[in-house]
Amino acid sequence: MSNRGTVLRGWKALRLFTYGRICDTPISDQSSSISVSGVSYRYTGSSHAALDDVTFSIHSGDRVALMGPNGAGKSTLIKLAAGLMEMQTGSILVHGNPAGSCRHRVALVPQRSEVDWRFPVTVRQVVMMGRYVHLGWLKRPRTVDREAVDHAMETMKIADLRDVHIGRLSGGQQQRVMLARALAHDADVLLLDEPLNHVDVATQELMFHVLEDLCEKRGRTAIVSTHDLGILKIHFSRAVFLDHRLIADGPVNEILTPEIIARAYGFEFHREEDLSRWLNGSQNR
Amino acid sequence: MVEWFAEPLSYGFAVRGLLAGLLAALSCAALSAFVVWRGMAFIGDAVAHSILPGIVLAFILRLNLFVGALLAAFVTAAGIGLLTRKQTLREDTAIGVIFTGLFALGIILMSRITSYQDLTHILFGNILGVGRADVFVMLVIAVIIGIAVLVFYKEFLATSFDPGHARAIGLSPEIIRYGLLFLIALTVVAGIQTVGVVLVLALLVTPAATASLLAKRLVVIIVLSELVAIICSFTGFYASFYLDIASGASIVLVLSALFAIVYIGSRIHAR
Repeated sequence: MSNRGTVLRGWKALRLFTYGRICDTPISDQSSSISVSGVSYRYTGSSHAALDDVTFSIHSGDRVALMGPNGAGKSTLIKLAAGLMEMQTGSILVHGNPAGSCRHRVALVPQRSEVDWRFPVTVRQVVMMGRYVHLGWLKRPRTVDREAVDHAMETMKIADLRDVHIGRLSGGQQQRVMLARALAHDADVLLLDEPLNHVDVATQELMFHVLEDLCEKRGRTAIVSTHDLGILKIHFSRAVFLDHRLIADGPVNEILTPEIIARAYGFEFHREEDLSRWLNGSQNR
Repeated sequence: MVEWFAEPLSYGFAVRGLLAGLLAALSCAALSAFVVWRGMAFIGDAVAHSILPGIVLAFILRLNLFVGALLAAFVTAAGIGLLTRKQTLREDTAIGVIFTGLFALGIILMSRITSYQDLTHILFGNILGVGRADVFVMLVIAVIIGIAVLVFYKEFLATSFDPGHARAIGLSPEIIRYGLLFLIALTVVAGIQTVGVVLVLALLVTPAATASLLAKRLVVIIVLSELVAIICSFTGFYASFYLDIASGASIVLVLSALFAIVYIGSRIHAR
């Protein structure tokens, strides 16, 4: 225990120095941008595992929906991939490097509840936080950072809100700011944790349009956790169904069977029509 | 009028007192916005109270009071961290248990060795009893706080607004939080001379509370907090000198009064 404790503390201390340090490890495996292998996670004091032996891998350019009911371990997986928590069992490699070792390669859009929206910052300041990973200790934003921030705000159509206090925005506008921050981060992998909650249709469409652009044209990878089945077919190339364990994983068109959905969500579809009602609803948008 | 302002300044002790008051105000107000917006008021108060035994022990052992205070602040922060690790206790519970215990220990130590007069000075401050060396240490503290806020501004910002994002870019919110606690401990030490341990929280909370009614940008809030703290310390100092009232309480009361005026004003304006 003491030995493991020492190693853990040493590693935590080292993490201090990953802030602002661009890791120049080359992207070792172009075909696989994220590979999750044998990942299990149990929170302290919890009797059951949040993640149980989850293994899958994702290719560059994929837009992945991480599906599953509430409490299925989606957020846990995203937090592990973003390097927010220590791995317990298994490993997550991001472009060949352990999660949390190449901070500039992974951008996170956290759940709304994890952010203090009352804090006195402006839209521009929040988007600028996406550049901090490139700056690190003691450095001030340079011209290149300011340009990246302006560009990200224009892409998300929030440039005219730049000096507005973040708390005054609507839920959709706030989510645009968070995605703009992730764009300013200029990461290879974008992790979005339940980004569709409290978001208007226009923002949702813009968000998926931007993600599609990043993934299809520039080979970036996006993982979006959601429990909204309706948007699956339109906006994603691939789906991973999670309920503590991996339920299914594959291209959206192959994976969307009533059996898999029933297994993931713990209810049964007796007829095909029941499922199509869920799936077609948003296609008409 | 000029005479009214100049009169206290013809006494060396009063000049030192005014300087001390302004330096303490500068230091505390620089952190005030973070204390208010990160919800660190309670832990700030805990640090203020729990450094009492450190100060008294340093006094007994004839060490520098600041060293004793900082050591006690470290013990407090580490103790709170230890009790809340593994989610054994909620943080506010741990803070409550530790700070009252240490404060009581400090009072017992004081009552055994020092006179009642000294006790009230540490508890409630004595702006007119500030020595040259004290002013110098407070100046150093003010400079350290000023530099720290300027240099680590973006880290304070990122960890306050979105700790998850901070962690994702390799910036530990815990370390920034401990850094802030260390700075708060420094300001408390500076504030003891003027307002005392019991009331120093007012210098850490009220300036930014007032400023936050007027502004929504952190930089502006910090600048306004500084203004508020300086004006109130100035006013409180003169009130204390001419009315012969306790300096600490008079500074704090002016702070509270200004807050009340701004609050009422902003309510009326909002209609």
